[in-house]
Amino acid sequence: MSVPILWYLLLAGALFAIGAFGALTRRSGIAVFLSIELMLNAANLTLVAYSRLLGDRTGQMLVFFALAVAAAEAAVGLALFIGIYRLRRTIDVGRMNLMRW
Amino acid sequence: MELAIFVLLAGTALGSAILVVFHRNPVSSTMSLVVTLVATAGLFLMLGSPFLAALQILLYTGAILVLFLFVIMLLNVRRERTIHSRAPGLTWGAAICSAIFAGATMRLFWAAYATAPTPPLDAEAFSLRAVARELFSTYLLPFEIIGLLLLVAVVAASWIAKRPGPGEPGEVP
Amino acid sequence: MTPSVLATAALMGVWLFTLINVTPIMLWLERRAPAFMQDRLGPNRLGPLGLFQAIADVLKFIFKEDVNPAGADRTLFLLAPTIGFVASLLTYLVIPFGPVVEIGGHSFPLVVIDSDNGMLMFLALASLSVYGLVLAGYSSNNKWSLMGGIRASAQMISYELALALSVLAALIPAGSLNLTRVVEHQVGHTLLGAIPAWGVFVQPLGFLVFLVAAFAETNRLPFDLPEAESELVAGYHTEYGGLRMALFYMGEYQSMAILSALASTLYFGGWTIPFVDITSVGAWIAGLPGVGDLIGTGLATALVGFTVLMVKTYAFLFFFIWVRWTFPRFRYDQLMRLGWKVLLPLALVNFIAIAALAVAGKV
Repeated sequence: MSVPILWYLLLAGALFAIGAFGALTRRSGIAVFLSIELMLNAANLTLVAYSRLLGDRTGQMLVFFALAVAAAEAAVGLALFIGIYRLRRTIDVGRMNLMRW
Repeated sequence: MELAIFVLLAGTALGSAILVVFHRNPVSSTMSLVVTLVATAGLFLMLGSPFLAALQILLYTGAILVLFLFVIMLLNVRRERTIHSRAPGLTWGAAICSAIFAGATMRLFWAAYATAPTPPLDAEAFSLRAVARELFSTYLLPFEIIGLLLLVAVVAASWIAKRPGPGEPGEVP
Repeated sequence: MTPSVLATAALMGVWLFTLINVTPIMLWLERRAPAFMQDRLGPNRLGPLGLFQAIADVLKFIFKEDVNPAGADRTLFLLAPTIGFVASLLTYLVIPFGPVVEIGGHSFPLVVIDSDNGMLMFLALASLSVYGLVLAGYSSNNKWSLMGGIRASAQMISYELALALSVLAALIPAGSLNLTRVVEHQVGHTLLGAIPAWGVFVQPLGFLVFLVAAFAETNRLPFDLPEAESELVAGYHTEYGGLRMALFYMGEYQSMAILSALASTLYFGGWTIPFVDITSVGAWIAGLPGVGDLIGTGLATALVGFTVLMVKTYAFLFFFIWVRWTFPRFRYDQLMRLGWKVLLPLALVNFIAIAALAVAGKV
């Protein structure tokens, strides 16, 4: 018996929610970043599930590009973390308050 | 059989996703994310795209997360005392919002696809050859743009992260 | 148990047995061969030719103390050698050691996973072994381990690019990621009508890049600064002793063996002997008096193919040892410069050249 596509979609929804919770709640910048990667992964899973459901390769193409963009984003984001650490000596997101009221 | 494998992979993915969010040590969080991504690659394989499964392991776990580990070690990110922000009510607020979001999307999916059967896998349409053909014909322009994007990202990352020279604000020499 | 499941299990058993046995054989070879190169004898006390030295080494590993460094993250500390050992065991699944054979009325290919995405899976699973080094370096709570771990993993991911590009170029003539097709292509074609179209003749530059990248991937001299005894105590496995250290050793030898088998498959014709048909050799062996009732043609062909592949693999492993005891070590910045500024452009040039030749129909 084949696994219904619905289960893949539900799993992706759960993963996304867990990632969103982490991104909103964690203090450490790295942990926020990891949660964002988790959300990206959940979106990729949804795309591949739809690609299978509709028999269309477009979903897989989008995931390919999403992976490449995620790589670029991770590189630049981590470089930013290094830069911030040099200036502020911390990557605690609660302390990034230069533009606060 | 396929059901058992799905339950195994999905359970692993969910369990380690929760660990990613709740570990206090950033290295442990990263390793949990590795497990999640490998489990997701397995799910990609089950959904009929071995190309993406291999790419996920090769790129995401083999390169991006290694970069994460490097930066964690470079910045000597410590184990946190608690994982929650000190803003009042943020933890519960975030938990409730995430739960509402998850519930809403799951309800939508359920309504739309509860009875949709999984179509049989068209091995020819999803084969590497077909994917490659499509990548280099229909999606040629985005492909080239991605190459340019990665070049820009590499240059930008190396520039931002380089050691500051004399006189620039930066770390103590 | 269906025949195909049984066949897969048998193939996996054969490969795992081979890979586990690489370590004792290499432990012995690594002592005796350099000894002769250096005009001395090497260990020759234990057993004939010192062959039981490996048993002595294993016993030594088992009886050593299990170190528990203070302040080390125990979970990651225990996880690192496991990842190092298991990750190098995942990649044998796509290497073939024979053509499609018929045993007991069923025909199946002599590779565990006969997939058209084989090489991609190989590269993906091979990239997981970085984590063993990084986690070992980090979790030991030791400056030298941390530095060794970061250096080792940076070295590995830098040379992975050159490795992947040279492998991709080696796949272009065959037009498939399936290693069985690659070997069949090398057998079926000849260059100038006389030499077999082995990868090493078609793309010598690619082979050179692959070889250097393979040395760097396995942290072998001349690229072993991360674990150099005189530089960083013992690098990322400073704090490991006994069986955990043995796991790292075995992981390193296993990935050497797998990369050697891959080099044989991509560049030296894999399980084939040039201008000789393996199946007819198998048939000849099965036709020998007394042998024919034990094994049929299929099994004999499998044995011949496996032996040929192992001979080539061990030739490469001997080459690994030979290079180790010949060259001095690269300094770390020289190593990184070589990987990024020399090997990567060479691999790209090779790839473009082979692709151009393929489009022109010459390859």
